[in-house]
Amino acid sequence: MTTLSVSRAAVRRPFMRRRKACPFTGSNAPKIDYKDLKLLQRYVSERGKIVPSRITAVSAKHQRKLSQAIKRARFLALLPYVVK
Amino acid sequence: MPSYESVFIARQDISSTQAEQLADKFQTILSENGGEVKQREMWGLRNLAYRIKKNRKGHYILFHLEAPSDAVAEMERNMRLDEDVLRYMTIKIDEIVEGPTAMMLAKNDRGGRRGDRGDRGDRGDRGGDRGGDRGDRGPRF
Repeated sequence: MTTLSVSRAAVRRPFMRRRKACPFTGSNAPKIDYKDLKLLQRYVSERGKIVPSRITAVSAKHQRKLSQAIKRARFLALLPYVVK
Repeated sequence: MPSYESVFIARQDISSTQAEQLADKFQTILSENGGEVKQREMWGLRNLAYRIKKNRKGHYILFHLEAPSDAVAEMERNMRLDEDVLRYMTIKIDEIVEGPTAMMLAKNDRGGRRGDRGDRGDRGDRGGDRGGDRGDRGPRF
């Protein structure tokens, strides 16, 4: 899609937002690691659930890695399974 | 020999020197079976995110190791037998990354620059304000 048509769509629909790029793609992207709690915490809701990628804009490939990392961190009691 | 990363949690009631001794014990088990611990990290006494065997805290110890698989199996067997070990996890890694892990870096940061939340700003636009971007959901009731 060209920029022109995007901007035209934005005029028509003011709520249309630009699709954000995946935060783990690119040259200086952070490595997904189950020990990096500060990073993982951003992708976990207040209830402790994994935030869907349609909200965080993480690519499917990295979302799989991310969910694996979050599950490892949960097993080691670094992250909660549920927050009541 | 493949590389592994192993983390185990020791009971909160033991002292940190006892936790070190426990780590030494597993390290000798590994070396007796032809493995080698390349790096050891003590994360110290941390709060657990949930209770494990009635414990709220635990000593976290991490090994970066290179060992044949049966040495790892033997170490894990001993971890299962030891009542001071609450939980362990060994995963295979492609290669050992030199230097402190993210956990240690985070721990060292914490003293100096607390309250610096520079990293968070990202959260703002994730809530319900993304009208139209979500697929339709069926009725809820």
